[in-house]
Amino acid sequence: MWDYSDKVKEHFFQPRNAGPLPDANAVGDVGSISCGDALRLMLKVDPETETIEEAHFQTFGCGSAIASSSALTEIVKGMKLDDALKVSNQDIADYLDGLPPEKMHCSVMGREALQAAIANYRGEEWSDDHEEGALICKCFAIDAVLIEDTVRANNLSTMEDVINYTKAGGGCASCHEGIEEILAKVLAERGETFKAVPVKLDKEAPKPGKLTNLERIRRIEAVLESVRPQLQRDHGDIELVDVDGKTVYVNMTGACAGCQMEALTLQGIQAKLMEELGELIKLVPTRAGSLARATSQP
Amino acid sequence: MQGIYLDNNATTRVDPAVVEVMLPYFTEQFGNPSSLHSFGNKVGLALKKARMQVQELLGAEHESEIIFTSCGTESDSTAILSALKANPERREIITTVLEHPAILSLYSQLEKEGYTAHYLKVDGKGRVDMDEYKRLLSDKVAVVSVMWANNETGSFFPVLEMAELANAAGVMFHTDAVQAVGKVPIDLKASKIDMLSLSGHKLHAPKGIGVLYLKRGVRFRPLLRGGHQERGRRAGTENTASIVALGKACEMALAAMEHENTEVRRLRDKLEAGILAKVPHAFVTGDASNRLPNTSNIAFEYIEGEAILLLLNKFGIAASSGSACTSGSLEPSHVMRAMGIPYTAAHGTTRFSLSRYTTEEEIDRVIQVVPEIVAQLRKLSPYWGENGPSAEPEKDFAPVYA
Repeated sequence: MWDYSDKVKEHFFQPRNAGPLPDANAVGDVGSISCGDALRLMLKVDPETETIEEAHFQTFGCGSAIASSSALTEIVKGMKLDDALKVSNQDIADYLDGLPPEKMHCSVMGREALQAAIANYRGEEWSDDHEEGALICKCFAIDAVLIEDTVRANNLSTMEDVINYTKAGGGCASCHEGIEEILAKVLAERGETFKAVPVKLDKEAPKPGKLTNLERIRRIEAVLESVRPQLQRDHGDIELVDVDGKTVYVNMTGACAGCQMEALTLQGIQAKLMEELGELIKLVPTRAGSLARATSQP
Repeated sequence: MQGIYLDNNATTRVDPAVVEVMLPYFTEQFGNPSSLHSFGNKVGLALKKARMQVQELLGAEHESEIIFTSCGTESDSTAILSALKANPERREIITTVLEHPAILSLYSQLEKEGYTAHYLKVDGKGRVDMDEYKRLLSDKVAVVSVMWANNETGSFFPVLEMAELANAAGVMFHTDAVQAVGKVPIDLKASKIDMLSLSGHKLHAPKGIGVLYLKRGVRFRPLLRGGHQERGRRAGTENTASIVALGKACEMALAAMEHENTEVRRLRDKLEAGILAKVPHAFVTGDASNRLPNTSNIAFEYIEGEAILLLLNKFGIAASSGSACTSGSLEPSHVMRAMGIPYTAAHGTTRFSLSRYTTEEEIDRVIQVVPEIVAQLRKLSPYWGENGPSAEPEKDFAPVYA
């Protein structure tokens, strides 16, 4: 069974705003064919202020699809339409304390329903602009379509390229067979043969940076300090454990521990670190931390 | 609250009597069965007994036709890869679209390696077209693999007849019988089946033990080479405790065969009739008149399986689903899709699989709970109106699909 957060379970077992909304004036019907999930979002918008007064949903779908729909209606109620358009799938997932990587598309479906409903209200035509493929990299929730498109668009030819451009394969590495198959296919299309080159994971030798070690660590700490309030707001925290070359080891604690969104949270912090330090940084949760999390699960 | 376990096609509880016989093999009976001294010798004799118990359940002619492996998947891979190595000039392989991933993933990999795989299509009840099968059999085919009973619907394939046809065409025949062994009588010596896979944990033995039946005289190439265990056909020190356990489990399954096909079947039929009487827009999938006595797969239209399972779980009821979201992948059940079950029903398929431990009270409870759960979820469904499906469900709700 999926490892759903308590918030997901709560919204599944007691969904908010479920059922038809007879006087809705904005309706969005969307679905994700790969999962067979489908969602109808119904909004009652005040034409004067363009404020969403009521939001209801009907969902054909799994636990996280129903929970995402329920969360979405709670998030957008009281919002102005223009603000509602800024709600991302990440906001929906965050509201639910995270979703398993395989289930992130449920939150995407929620965001799409919102866009479709607002387009419907404004008399516009809404069309979906992305395609979903089979999930390849479970560490970073990256699907086959994204990898294939990136390989094609950027003329990539090695596993390392794929990791650098998409992050796919940069975690546990068990999806490398799947990525190699995509590489082989795209390379064959452009008349090349895929040749496997050994990939260095984790163990890259630190290149001499412009900063001294002390400066680097101070900057890393500053970045972690800057995200800390955000994490603490969600009842979590992060602590720096070690810095080894380009790899920064951290412990996720509190609600962040075991949070399904951990990978995405780390990804965000990692991007900030790279920006701040001006070099490639790999942010890794420590094994000890992961183990403590795993054993704390009931 | 004691849970109600109706997911016995996924795995079964190890019978306490089975646990009891295996325990000494972790302690005093620790010897290596290959050793000459008495520590090993006693264990060797225990393996022989277990082998004969398995032989008895399968109706195999010789005990040496039983090869112990680590699981059903290993047995499947060993059988198929052996047939290919033994017949290197034959480059075609046959199976059905309803097989377990243990076969389908292997076949798809073999296709990448240059083999031509034929997947027999099925009709709405999951039945193959025997004429199509006959046409495909030729001296280019290395092996046919067809499951005895489907894990999701419980429906049988006519493996005995298909094995006869393969044999007449000079083609090796393998059957993945992990769902059938222990639930239906099997008499391999009277069949033309060359190889058969079974898995211990489906019949109240522990996980991590399987068997490959290999008919005497069938050409064989081992997957694992090394020591002389299993007459050199499966090297690696034997999992003695689990082998002894599997032997006991087979003996018990044989003794319970009558019960399985009368009492368990009665409870399954009661469950199915009870649910269908109370839940509209629900139907049994597969070939209802020709299936395992313990399995019922019901499609609940307009709702999704994972949601059903989560709510069942809240009532302490364990079942499983063909929905996309329960499998860890995003694909809905290939079995339901191959049988042409529409999306709005395929995602709501729920499998109840009983065992000889299932009680009447449990079944009564499930019959009571399921209609409530279905009604609750249908209230949330965009395909569902006030008291039934909206007039034209597919038209009234036609989402933009990603």
